[in-house]
Amino acid sequence: MNYCPHTSDDIAQMQEAIGIGSIEELFADIPQKFRLKQMPDMPASLSEQETLGLMQAMSRKNIMPRVTLTGAGAYAHFIPAVVGHIVGRAEFYTAYTPYQAEISQGVLQAIYEYQAMIAHLTGTEIANASMYDGASALAEAAVLCAKTSNRSRIVVARSVHPQYRQVLQTYCWANGYTISEIPYVANGQLDVAAMQRALDDSVAAIVVQSPNFFGCIEDIAPMADAAHACGALLIAGFTDGTSLGILKPAGACDADFVVGEGQSFGNPLNYGGPYLGVFAAREKFLRRIPGRLAGATVDKNGKRGFVLTLQTREQHIRREKATSNICSNEALCALAAGVYLAALGKNLGKLAALNIYKTQYFKNKLLQLDGFKEVFSAPVYNEFALRCPNARAVNEKLRAEGMIGAYDLQKDYPELDNTLLFCATEMLSKDDMDHVVEIVK
Amino acid sequence: MELIFEISKPGRSTADVSASDVPIVNIDDVIGRQYLRNDLDLPEVAEIDLVRHYTNLSRRNFGVDLGFYPLGSCTMKYNPKINENVAALPGFTGLHPNASDEFAQGNLQLLYEMQKYLCGIFGMAEFTLQPAAGAHGELAGVMMIKKYFESKGQIRPTILIPDTAHGTNPASGALCGFDTITLRSNPEGGVDIEHLNSLMTEDVAGLMLTNPNTLGLFERNIEQVAQIVHSKGGLLYGDGANANAFLGKTRPGDLDFDVIQLNLHKTFATPHGGGGPGSGPVGVSEALVNYLPVPRIVKNESTYSWSANFPDTIGRVRAFYGNFNVIVKAYTYICSLGAEGLTRATEMAVLNANYIKEKLKPYYDLPYDRVCMHESVFSGNRQVAQSGVHTSDIAKRLIDFGYHPPTIYFPLIVPEAFMIEPTETESKETLDAFCDAMIAIAQEAKENPQRVKDAPLSTPVSRLDEVLAARKPDVCWKR
Repeated sequence: MNYCPHTSDDIAQMQEAIGIGSIEELFADIPQKFRLKQMPDMPASLSEQETLGLMQAMSRKNIMPRVTLTGAGAYAHFIPAVVGHIVGRAEFYTAYTPYQAEISQGVLQAIYEYQAMIAHLTGTEIANASMYDGASALAEAAVLCAKTSNRSRIVVARSVHPQYRQVLQTYCWANGYTISEIPYVANGQLDVAAMQRALDDSVAAIVVQSPNFFGCIEDIAPMADAAHACGALLIAGFTDGTSLGILKPAGACDADFVVGEGQSFGNPLNYGGPYLGVFAAREKFLRRIPGRLAGATVDKNGKRGFVLTLQTREQHIRREKATSNICSNEALCALAAGVYLAALGKNLGKLAALNIYKTQYFKNKLLQLDGFKEVFSAPVYNEFALRCPNARAVNEKLRAEGMIGAYDLQKDYPELDNTLLFCATEMLSKDDMDHVVEIVK
Repeated sequence: MELIFEISKPGRSTADVSASDVPIVNIDDVIGRQYLRNDLDLPEVAEIDLVRHYTNLSRRNFGVDLGFYPLGSCTMKYNPKINENVAALPGFTGLHPNASDEFAQGNLQLLYEMQKYLCGIFGMAEFTLQPAAGAHGELAGVMMIKKYFESKGQIRPTILIPDTAHGTNPASGALCGFDTITLRSNPEGGVDIEHLNSLMTEDVAGLMLTNPNTLGLFERNIEQVAQIVHSKGGLLYGDGANANAFLGKTRPGDLDFDVIQLNLHKTFATPHGGGGPGSGPVGVSEALVNYLPVPRIVKNESTYSWSANFPDTIGRVRAFYGNFNVIVKAYTYICSLGAEGLTRATEMAVLNANYIKEKLKPYYDLPYDRVCMHESVFSGNRQVAQSGVHTSDIAKRLIDFGYHPPTIYFPLIVPEAFMIEPTETESKETLDAFCDAMIAIAQEAKENPQRVKDAPLSTPVSRLDEVLAARKPDVCWKR
């Protein structure tokens, strides 16, 4: 393929206009000894047809599962057709960040609307235009809390997604902050007494997730009270965004920041990315949060319009004093999320209810199997942990049937041996679930 | 235009939800009333109104498919449609990231080969594809530098950043706990070697250098720069934002860079999506391989697998493996162009930039008048002096001519800067027409400056009040 429209005549005329005899003269500033003769280990160019053939063959080397029984940070949901059609419009996807507001009103207004939907869903007053993913959103919230409070310790629940805790660990190490982990109690919720003991005036933030990694719904309000009583802030994550369609959001329970993965809102699984980090907060943090913000204003005729606002927080203005280094975010994924939420509207609540029905059915069905036991008794949204006689054998049987099995919790929690985290969304039919139980039996 | 909330009407919806095929349970009982929300106030719109709303919004947005987009340092080249089609193949979109490696051999091979291609193109020992965007890659790169010194038991609290650098560089340094020191440029637009010599001590972890720099100029003294940094035990970090200038011509690894981060949405033609997603792979020299983020792909005899078993790693910088679907597009781009096509792209990008530079030189100030690489930086100083027309006015007037404006007021060392990056995918006719528009605006600025200052005149909204937006922030609509 060649996407350069230059004819040899064009090139000759342009060289003449520049006053050079060959293209090579344009690279004279690169010292001769560093000039590359040949790019090594590269394939020859392909036609469009050959390219498609190559890539189709590559995609077929993946095994497309009949059923996916894992969630654990990414969730299979039905995506209404309108989402793909809107994000497939080239006016949106071939644009850069909307620096020039007058010709970027489309992206700016769509992001403004997304921010409002996210703030409402999370029970907060403000949301930014998105972060990279749920994990980095959570880590940046923690760094923000430490930086602005001059405190250096982050208290995090062990029931927060293991990979999110790893990202938090990386960001905290880089900034010299320490982390204390808080255990869970027998029912799967946070050990509030242990959290109380961990709190002192060195703690910048408490980080929890609800639903937590085990699917269990946490009681957020007492955690917020405990954090605030010692001058710390509460950062609350969530797992599957659709849970916000039915569960009381952490923002309504006094959390200071609500952060999480927004993939569930209209974005395909895509083997882990691109996704979008939801970042929402109390209004008082508006001037301290990372990321882009679309804001409403007026033009010189008084007409409503939208701009990127409060840019003095950002790296291109404030450089090393910026609230974050983030520049590109996940705008197109946020657009998909906005379209998805507008398409669902109040039906997001119905969808969340359907996830709960499926989950209850699946859990009860699996519990009829010999040796399968519920691990945690706290209420769950669409994930649940079961102990079984041989977790590995269960997933092996499912794999043999072309199914992606449940998440093996022992990988991250040695004490949870032979414990599987199942996920049931609206994508699982009753037949699927019955079939799974037959296979595992 | 109305907001989606303003066209909402109770009782309408676009997406429906299937009837339950399993027994309906009482949610109050299984969840508990105290955990349930009382309100759900999302827009309620019919499908036709939703589609028209967003379609009309798209019509108020400018993209590469609509016209020339010479936004300097952002490399707004054409985004090939085949790459979009490939990335939409169900085999690539449908797999869950927790799928065991047996399910994902195609994805793993693609990621592994992508790393190998990037190693070859950039001359680095190894790459990670985990960072989600360029600035995220910077952060990962600087973290690896920090870890490198930590493992040597050295404390180096500062990092050097040239005055021409992107704002993300100092911000990434700061987010990694470094103090940053600004390194001056010389009159030629390159690194001030004397200043570098005086700043480079054993307290300095390294230098973050963009090459070519944000003036679009290749660092002629690159060998000396690398030697000075390395002689004090420091590391040389390369910001690959401007990589479109040198693919196939030279390699950062050969220039002795220790780290380089890329922006696949710039150099490798993946669309930028109105702000993202991007993808920010990071390449490292042999000395830093052990510190790469985990998990990493391991090639076994005939299969590929993920491994987190690298004890010296900085850890993770995001969940899962990176912006996989963006990487699919960039991989497709590399395979379809091959070595020859990638090199040609570089040549045409640099040819286009120099052509614009020569054509506009008589009409606008060119502070660094030498051969440029993939972009050139002009100053609007002459227009300010002549008639009080500023670079921002010129930029807004360009919109009326059907163009996206260049990057303006950057780099900071050029007053009234505008940075033009045409990319290789634009034809001579497009460049000529753009230059004609720029020349017409230069003339207009002399004859009718008010008209330039009133621009844009053709857009759905005129210039917006940014001061009001910042003073009375309204970032979330409320009923």
